[in-house]
Amino acid sequence: MSRIAVNASRLTYAYDGTRVLDQLSFSVQKGEIFIVIGPNGSGKTTLMKLIAGLIRPLDGVLEIGGHPIGAIRRKYLARQIAFVPQQVPTDFPFSVQDVVLFGRAPHLGTFGLTSVQDHRLADQAMAFTEVKHLAGRRLNQLSGGECQRVFIARAICQNPDIIVLDEPTASLDIAHQLRIMDMMEKMKQEKNITVVMVSHDVNLAAMYADTLMLVKSGCLVRVGPPKTVLTYDILESVYGCPLLVDENPLDNLPRVTPVPGRYIKELRMTNDE
Amino acid sequence: MASVLKKAVAVSSGMIVLLAGVMLLGISLGSSDDGILSLTEIFSRLTDPQSLYYTIVWEIRFPRVVIAALMGAALSLGGLVFQALLRNPLAEPYILGISGGAAIGAIIGILLSFARFPGVSLAAFAGGMATLFLVLVISSGRTMMKKESLLLSGVMVNAFCSAVIMFLISMTQDARIHNIMFWLMGDLSAGGKKEALIMAGMMVPCFMVIFWRANTMNLLLMGREMALSMGVNVRWVSVTLLVITSFMVSVTVCYCGLVAFVGLVIPHLLRLLFGADHRVLVPGCIFGGGAYLVLCDLLARTLPGQGEMPAGVITALVGAPLFIVLLKRTQP
Repeated sequence: MSRIAVNASRLTYAYDGTRVLDQLSFSVQKGEIFIVIGPNGSGKTTLMKLIAGLIRPLDGVLEIGGHPIGAIRRKYLARQIAFVPQQVPTDFPFSVQDVVLFGRAPHLGTFGLTSVQDHRLADQAMAFTEVKHLAGRRLNQLSGGECQRVFIARAICQNPDIIVLDEPTASLDIAHQLRIMDMMEKMKQEKNITVVMVSHDVNLAAMYADTLMLVKSGCLVRVGPPKTVLTYDILESVYGCPLLVDENPLDNLPRVTPVPGRYIKELRMTNDE
Repeated sequence: MASVLKKAVAVSSGMIVLLAGVMLLGISLGSSDDGILSLTEIFSRLTDPQSLYYTIVWEIRFPRVVIAALMGAALSLGGLVFQALLRNPLAEPYILGISGGAAIGAIIGILLSFARFPGVSLAAFAGGMATLFLVLVISSGRTMMKKESLLLSGVMVNAFCSAVIMFLISMTQDARIHNIMFWLMGDLSAGGKKEALIMAGMMVPCFMVIFWRANTMNLLLMGREMALSMGVNVRWVSVTLLVITSFMVSVTVCYCGLVAFVGLVIPHLLRLLFGADHRVLVPGCIFGGGAYLVLCDLLARTLPGQGEMPAGVITALVGAPLFIVLLKRTQP
């Protein structure tokens, strides 16, 4: 068995003739947390959609478990990869339990009849993301963090090898961000699920990622362990703003501090004098 | 432990009883007798092929009731499928102009002297598909608001269709379309046994395909991307379901004209009663929608002292206010 879950080579995608991903080559190891970071509009969401099989590459190779993604039947692909979108729809007339149970769909017939076993898996998934007490509620009655956990439970219930998440911590407060990220770690450790996700929070990404990938304008800047990616030179050139990079006191992983403009002004004034 | 299946069976059974009840009522009531007959009397008359009552019931009322049931089922399913696929609670074949397009096709077919089956039916289908395509193209792309633009496109296409229909009627002094105004408001009186049989033959397979796809519609409610990620071939499923639905609606238009808002009233009522699972709603719509239109038709032909009114009048009287209520409710 190969150790590689996702393999991309010269992966390219374009919307209406504009290239949003340009010749990306990388591979995701089985059972690791792989986090993609980069400035807004660098094609991160598009990359997640490609890996989840929602859109097809324009050019290049994308392999899931050693097979070209286009050659895998949609239903089989859904048994291997689950997707959690950035904006989860909540105007949705089903209960939390229904939503999580729908995760079984790729394993069921077209009519989607569930068995006792399916219900047990759904219960386990809800317990895992701590939403079991919400089982009978509607999504529009839940908070953003709870909704996100419901959709992660749905993804787990799909029983995939890989879970792809598009900014699961966006618009959540710090406590909920940590809760979600801890969940990702637990998923990796207990279920050996490969996690591929986008994060807008560089520091959070540094603390949880086995591999970080930094992209800008659809091009790969650097991929590797956080320490090799989050260096001052690289970050400054990518984000184009003054940053401070040191180590966090917890585990000596890189810590990035954005520098407010007023400090720059002071710096410039002292230079001018 | 398929609780969904149990619920589907329970809801279907209830609806079947309801449907059977109103169908019996529809058969026993009419302009040619003076009220409800006792069961033994009905039985003795129904088994005597010589009696006038036998002819009225088996040749006129029974086919009419069957056609009304089929049509109610098709229109309710039409609303249900459109609401799920377009993710818009106000979508309905009539509101989106599909029925109007089918009517244009049917009128053109009649003017070209096609046979009702298959000529006019196919012309109506072509018309329905053309308007469906038109509405989807107009409302797609980078429009400001998806939900509103879909309905607006439908309203505009519908208005255009009405104009074309009136234009065609005014331009041709043709005896074949002399009672077209009546037909336009939904006329269920034209059909006989043969028509009922043809409609059943065309619609029942469509019902079955839609029922088989019920859970896929559940998944589609979560949005295109979620459905894709759960292994649904979204494009293929959407196209087949929209085509099948438009086909059913076109057939009803071809035989019975325009009946509005059934696809709005029944799915919303059933959702309110039994929840949102399409595996329950599809059979509910088939039998409950059938019962609803049989009842509307019964009212349409018994309420006026003399003659009858089109069934579409009743459905619009009920449906249009409901549309307004729903519109108010879906506004943020």
